Amino acid sequence: MSDKVRPAIVELTSARTKEFLRETEAIFWVFGFPLLLALALGFAFREKAPDRIPVGVIAGPTASREAAALKRSPALSPRVLNPDEAHDALRHGKVSLVVDSSHSLIYRYDPTSPDGRTARREADDALQSAAGRRDVMPARDEYVHEQGARYIDFLIPGLLGMNLMGTGMWGMGFTIANARMKKLLKRLIATPMRKSQYVMSQFLSRLMFLVVEVTVLVAFGWLVFGVRVNGSIAVLALLCIIGGYAFSGLGFLTASRARTLEGVSGLMNLIMMPMWLCSGVFFSYERFPDAAKPFIRALPLTMLNDALRAVMNDAAPLTKVMPHLALLAVWGIVTFAIGLKIFRWQ
Amino acid sequence: MWPAMTQAIACRDLKKYYADVKAVDGLDLFIDNGECFGLLGPNGAGKTTTIEILEGLTVPDSGDVEVLGLTWKGNERELRQRIGISLQETQLSDKLTVHETVHLFRSFYRSGPAPDDLIRDLSLDEKSNARVGKLSGGQKQRLAAACALVGDPDILFLDEPTTGLDPQSRLQLWEVVQRFRTKGGTVLLTTHYMEEAERLCDRVAIVDHGHLIALGTPQELIAKLEARNIIEFSSDPPLPEETLRNLPGCHGCTPHGNAYQLRVDSLAESVPQLLAAVEKTGAKLLTLSTHEATLEDLFVSLTGRELRDV
Ligand SMILES: Nc1ncnc2c1ncn2[C@@H]1O[C@H](COP(=O)(O)OP(=O)(O)OP(=O)(O)O)[C@@H](O)[C@H]1O
Ligand SMILES: [Mg+2]
Repeated sequence: MSDKVRPAIVELTSARTKEFLRETEAIFWVFGFPLLLALALGFAFREKAPDRIPVGVIAGPTASREAAALKRSPALSPRVLNPDEAHDALRHGKVSLVVDSSHSLIYRYDPTSPDGRTARREADDALQSAAGRRDVMPARDEYVHEQGARYIDFLIPGLLGMNLMGTGMWGMGFTIANARMKKLLKRLIATPMRKSQYVMSQFLSRLMFLVVEVTVLVAFGWLVFGVRVNGSIAVLALLCIIGGYAFSGLGFLTASRARTLEGVSGLMNLIMMPMWLCSGVFFSYERFPDAAKPFIRALPLTMLNDALRAVMNDAAPLTKVMPHLALLAVWGIVTFAIGLKIFRWQ
Repeated sequence: MWPAMTQAIACRDLKKYYADVKAVDGLDLFIDNGECFGLLGPNGAGKTTTIEILEGLTVPDSGDVEVLGLTWKGNERELRQRIGISLQETQLSDKLTVHETVHLFRSFYRSGPAPDDLIRDLSLDEKSNARVGKLSGGQKQRLAAACALVGDPDILFLDEPTTGLDPQSRLQLWEVVQRFRTKGGTVLLTTHYMEEAERLCDRVAIVDHGHLIALGTPQELIAKLEARNIIEFSSDPPLPEETLRNLPGCHGCTPHGNAYQLRVDSLAESVPQLLAAVEKTGAKLLTLSTHEATLEDLFVSLTGRELRDV
């Protein structure tokens, strides 16, 4: 334990950091929760081998030969059924297609069902080629699993953005409102401490956790789901820092006057809710009406998510996310400036 | 410090009105360098409002304030370096240790004692690595005092430093104040406790409803009481107030439930008279006690009310 006097900004930042580390629940919400969310959603929407479509074959002398032919198609899962069973199975969706060759060859299916239509095409191909049809134009299939186009690739940057928003806003807002309520802010301004250093230390401490937070989530996405950062790590880091700055500013502004924790919580949720819903965390905001899009795009979380996805999925260079960075920086500067102006120290 | 300057704190005609109450209503105070000055008064008297105006934390509606010869306007940074403050209600961060808290506060000041020395001076060294949230009330108050002393201030402001503390913790805090004074420091403190004011303060100002109602050394103030001694007694049945007022040497009589408080010049003269009066009416004496008049009694005689709402 040293007895050296360190600069106030160092002491303030280290005090804030220790306070956070000693707050066990906060650690969970910052680090544990986003990982759990990513894990749950990642598994729910993971890529599976396409299912075989169940097909019924009406029992008869040729049924087993037809079933064997159908089985050769990778898309179909045939079974032999008597006519009554087949009728019920089709009606209940247990099979998507019934092949009936008791008289002539009949395909029975619901034309509005995509599975029905696929099964019909696949079954016909399988049966015709088994009967000796030769394709006039030979072709082969090539499967595409483009990295960066899966749901989890979309989700991880969204979760990253959401986490930066949550921790940025809560990290600043909650601490400040709490310190005001306990008259700790009043005690601090009764010392020669510079107010700007206090605010700065809050942000610096945030920044340290932000580095950990981002690293953990990105590493998790990569190791567990193979979500890679296709663009530059440096650009990603810059985005996270500027994004964290914007949300710290927003959190600071939110907490600049609130006298109670309830007050600040309510205000936080009010501000974050629209961004959770509209800024494309879990699904793309392209589905919103065109008239709403300019507003949605002006929200800091939309900016951040778009830029994170561009860098992580599409390997966008710095120049491409410059507008996003600029807008986020403006959010940060304006919110900090207004917050400091109207700030209530006691 | 400038040798010519003798006043550490001066304020003239200080006023602070809130919507429904005149918290401070025309207060003049002049506190000398090296003096320990006590602000005394009941709840809501305006003590905190006054001290926080002097500390530059509350802006008065009108009146002038000078601290160490400087006004708050334009000299805030300088003054903050030179005063130490303990607020009436501050909760320092529960999650930090004593050591970390003192270090944090030390970092705001350009000079001051080494944090570990200060912690030892306030007998907190055993608790140095304990979290603030785990300290007792007395230890918290000493930590608050440490945070006030950490910049080696010229003036120490303490707002009710011992309220709610046990007698031993109170004594420990008094020692801290006295040690600060031997180094030439000026102290302004507020308190409900007359005993505290009498023990610590060179001069005391009694305030009520934002007004100054008495000012002087504790001895001067007590001398203002016409009577030097107090007799408290009860009897069955109670004596008529008339009888008591007419006892020779009695300056006043205040009923307290079925007991009376008599203010008298001399116990030797009045006690036998009182006993005789009791005997004459055939009543039975239930309790009898006497004490020397204190500031508490002065407050009662000035306002007709108790100092503390019990
Ligand atoms: N911010 C405020 N807004 C409205 N009224 C206030 C405010 N601060 C104090 N008051 C009122 O001003 C009066 C004086 O309050 P103050 O806190 O100065 O009293 P005090 O002497 O310190 O009392 P205590 O011994 O209880 O601490 C009280 O009636 C209080 O209700
Ligand atoms: Mg008070």
